[in-house]
Amino acid sequence: MQGGFFATDFGILILTLLKSLALIVPLLIGVAYLTYAERKILAAVQLRRGPNVVGPFGLWQPFADAIKMLFKETIIPDGANRFLFLIAPIITFGLAIIAWAVIPVNDHWAIASINVGLLYLFAISSLGVYGVIIAGWASNSKFAFLGAMRSAAQMVSYEVSIGLVILSVLVCTGSLNLNQIVLAQRTIWFAIPLLPMLVVFFISGLAETNRAPFDLPEGESEIVAGFFVEYSAMSFALFFLGEYANMILMSGMTTILFLGGWLSPIPFAPFTWVPGPIWFILKVVLCLFVFLWVRATLPRFRYDQLMQLGWKVFLPFSLAWLVITASALEIFGWLPHA
Amino acid sequence: MSRLDRIARSFLLTEILSGLALTLRYFFKRKATLNYPYEKNAISPRFKGEHALRRYPNGEERCIACKLCEAICPAQAITIEAEPRDDGSRRTTRYDIDMTKCIYCGFCEEACPVDAIVEGPNFEFATETREELLYDKQKLLANGDRWEAELAKRLELDAPYR
Repeated sequence: MQGGFFATDFGILILTLLKSLALIVPLLIGVAYLTYAERKILAAVQLRRGPNVVGPFGLWQPFADAIKMLFKETIIPDGANRFLFLIAPIITFGLAIIAWAVIPVNDHWAIASINVGLLYLFAISSLGVYGVIIAGWASNSKFAFLGAMRSAAQMVSYEVSIGLVILSVLVCTGSLNLNQIVLAQRTIWFAIPLLPMLVVFFISGLAETNRAPFDLPEGESEIVAGFFVEYSAMSFALFFLGEYANMILMSGMTTILFLGGWLSPIPFAPFTWVPGPIWFILKVVLCLFVFLWVRATLPRFRYDQLMQLGWKVFLPFSLAWLVITASALEIFGWLPHA
Repeated sequence: MSRLDRIARSFLLTEILSGLALTLRYFFKRKATLNYPYEKNAISPRFKGEHALRRYPNGEERCIACKLCEAICPAQAITIEAEPRDDGSRRTTRYDIDMTKCIYCGFCEEACPVDAIVEGPNFEFATETREELLYDKQKLLANGDRWEAELAKRLELDAPYR
């Protein structure tokens, strides 16, 4: 790709658009099939069959659902703020997609390989709470509002421990560039030396994406569906897609920070021939399975327990572990000099 | 010491991990649900499904219009009108069952002295309109003709317990 059309400004724009398309289309298909996988896995754990009627093994189910959603009517409640009501799902969904710009699927296979990639991811996932709060506020409904409040408090609380976990990875790599972070794991995945941090990160990720057992913002049995009670049709679908895209994003982040990204788990011949993206996808799928598996296992937390876990357990724990990691690196002279 | 033990256990997520192990075991277990329209469960000879009016082997209808079923029906779903036939025997001119009222208690079957009205093995008779569920004599006799082989078998199997 030296010179020629793709070196011009316009060419770069076109190239980036194509790259984005190449990322977003598989991502959306992944989201669609994640909903299918969730239904199948929950069903299997509960000794049921799950969707099995539409197409072979029910494989067309996500498309049937999508078509149904598209053709339904978007209902905007009377007291709602129309503009904010409609912009909220777009924000949620947009942010879930935007974050993918910096995720490297293979060596230097990111749309934007920026040096503050990790910071960017952190910023975008913090912004995610806006979609939820705006949705809850604009719906003009008490359940939606309660859900939004819960969600805001929860996401903010767990962001703190996620931040500390990211810091401890950071001191090990000395770079915020996600590509560098993966390459730093060539000798050993961070999942091994930083296992407790992986667990904290994953659990905080569950809370961050509002997944069971931290799905209080949605809490069907208490506040109907939480912040998106008033949503229907495509606006609802966007929230839904956003939530699942966020799950995939969280799994992607776990993969990059702890599971060695696109690197082969076994670093010799037949395994290193497998292309990086395949390893990346396999690792993401593994994380997603754990997401669903946890949902099938654990009941919902009580709200005070959730806050207690976030502030009184995870925060001091990850802070202590960050200090320990940094001290160990300093004492043994393993500090990276980037 | 027990406090330390408790803290260690909660930090090592022992209970959550054992819970996850349990759900994973269930994940690989055989499914409890049947793939319904393609797979069906065995049905007991006493199963109380769709009603049918039976005939004798010579084609004569069994019902003698004694109206015991109409009398016992707790949901008052059965309506019978009767008058003597040309040959002098008493027969129903009208035998209606409102399937939307029926509670499938099986009392009609119990009350019948000639095993004419029975509840068969069929439970897949959903309809698109309510009117189709207001069964008349013709429909019930047709049901009897359609299911006779199975109905006779069921009565025979259940006879020792009656």
